[in-house]
Amino acid sequence: MSERLSAAFRKNRAALVTFVTAGDPSAEKTGDILDALVEGGADVIELGMPFTDPMADGPSIQAGSLRALKGGMTLKGTLEIARAFRGRHPDVPLILMGYLNPALAYGPHFARDAAAAGVDGLILVDLPPEEDAELGGALRGEGLSLVRLATPTTDRNRLPAVLEGASGFLYYVSVAGVTGTRAADTADVAEAVGRIKAETDLPVAVGFGIRTAEQAADIARIADGVVVGSAIVDLIGENAADPATAVRNYVTKLSQAIETAA
Amino acid sequence: MSSSPLPSLPDERGHFGQFGGRYVAETLMPLILELEREYRRAQADPAFKAQFEDLLQHYVGRPSPLYFAERLTDAVGGAKIYLKRDELNHTGAHKINNCIGQILLARRMGKTRIIAETGAGQHGVATATVCARFGLPCTIYMGAKDMERQQPNVFRMRLLGAEVRGVTAGRATLKDAMNEALRDWVASVSDTYYLIGTAAGPHPYPELVRDFQSVIGKEAKSQLEKAEGRLPDLLIAAIGGGSNAIGLFHPFLNDESVRMIGVEAAGRGLDGPDHAASLAGGKPGVLHGNKTYLLQDDDGQIIEGHSISAGLDYPGIGPEHSWLHESGRVDYRSATDEEALDAFQMLCRSEGIIPALEPSHALAVVRTEAARMRSDEIVIANLCGRGDKDIFTVAEALGVDL
Repeated sequence: MSERLSAAFRKNRAALVTFVTAGDPSAEKTGDILDALVEGGADVIELGMPFTDPMADGPSIQAGSLRALKGGMTLKGTLEIARAFRGRHPDVPLILMGYLNPALAYGPHFARDAAAAGVDGLILVDLPPEEDAELGGALRGEGLSLVRLATPTTDRNRLPAVLEGASGFLYYVSVAGVTGTRAADTADVAEAVGRIKAETDLPVAVGFGIRTAEQAADIARIADGVVVGSAIVDLIGENAADPATAVRNYVTKLSQAIETAA
Repeated sequence: MSSSPLPSLPDERGHFGQFGGRYVAETLMPLILELEREYRRAQADPAFKAQFEDLLQHYVGRPSPLYFAERLTDAVGGAKIYLKRDELNHTGAHKINNCIGQILLARRMGKTRIIAETGAGQHGVATATVCARFGLPCTIYMGAKDMERQQPNVFRMRLLGAEVRGVTAGRATLKDAMNEALRDWVASVSDTYYLIGTAAGPHPYPELVRDFQSVIGKEAKSQLEKAEGRLPDLLIAAIGGGSNAIGLFHPFLNDESVRMIGVEAAGRGLDGPDHAASLAGGKPGVLHGNKTYLLQDDDGQIIEGHSISAGLDYPGIGPEHSWLHESGRVDYRSATDEEALDAFQMLCRSEGIIPALEPSHALAVVRTEAARMRSDEIVIANLCGRGDKDIFTVAEALGVDL
């Protein structure tokens, strides 16, 4: 795991993990938005690789993905955004998140080029442990973390398979559903996080349905990381002229709430 | 061709060579594994097989006839042409074979709600039919554009008690309907069964859909044995996802003397973007839970297919076809909208059968292939659907105002 990524989870409070899509609404504005995330207090950046068919995502992230593709964003362009970010923020961990097909289409040098761009890890929604051979080995070979997902349907018997080969952190998807639709019951999440932490030393970050500062604080009390995505993508969609300012203000509130919860 | 039989596929991980697999979100993974376990139990259960066969006989109307198309044969002037009449099934297409098998699986798993995607509406109608038959609520996802093209089928589904949800995302056709069905499923895994309509998706779907559809090839084989005392020389079937084709081909794969041709939709021509020929114009990638040939751009973004037939305009193909293509066992060709329309009219007039636009693509290749063969050779084409649903589309294409 990269030192940047492990350091993000060593603070005396939960890490704030924030998601935006590369190229939404444009490559240039994504750079500004990423800076705004860092200024607002995000500890880990998830940079979405846009895809035409985001099957696990709700309407917000689907719309963000389509805005990005309409603007001509590609995976090559996404790596350029990552590289520029790394130049400006040498210490902030950056994870690429998305679907497998664009990474496969990029070709055999994808893992190498991602590592060279300063990327710390990958989340590939449609690459379960059963198909790890497709890209997992190549990513690990370049020192990239493969962040795996666990969900409410991942039972005790299956959890070891998910954890094997996982690194960086474990992303607990708190709701059986698509991104950005509803929030989970905090007590259920606490039970699940406890069950996962009994099986692994990896930090556990919780996402799906977290929108308000209050929800972020609730999750921060029971997990190592709080993931917020759709709410930020919505703000970008609603503030086409100056998305960075809207994002900075919002993320500042989240990070303050998490700080207070510690 | 190699003299050893083809390996039994998929392997235990659901792969056909490099194709197939289980590329799904973690939320769905445990359910996919449970489906596989339940399917293995069903395969070993004589009562499951008996109920499946009983429903196929008394509810679907199987076996479907294998019909010697004498006037078509004369018109083409070559090999003897037989048509496997799966358009005579209840609901008018081969889709019902798979739906019967899967609804029995869903019941074994204790699921109380069914979802499905549909393109032309044939799979939606077949799903709504079996749901009515077994008293299960169902929701059908259908692209808004397809709903417009296939209004009679939308009404049929509603008559059968299904909820039809229009999908406006993307180009509002089959691919987008499948995305939306997957989104529903991921949010309703505990009580909902996803009844996939073609031999694609995550393992074990390509395998179990193939197995349920293989009744087509098994019947054809024994029917031709009775009629002619021998194997056919050539099988021809249309390919969207490819379930009718794999159903016809699979029981013959180890019969080396039998040639097979799968026909993709070439739309307005393979030289432009408006086609749905994943093998001819695509490359391997991952979508909807499986690795297979896909229409995609250099960045791995999926390109929407086009075909005059709503049942064929899907940018992918079942993974077993990708493997049969790479292994060379099956020859894959294509037919344009125009060629399909010509063949459609030819069958209407030569045999008094109005075919669906999907098998009309297969018939277009039957015309050219059978003409090159000797009169003592035999071709079987899969007539996988009837054309009632397509008369508005055909009228429009022929410039007729209904």
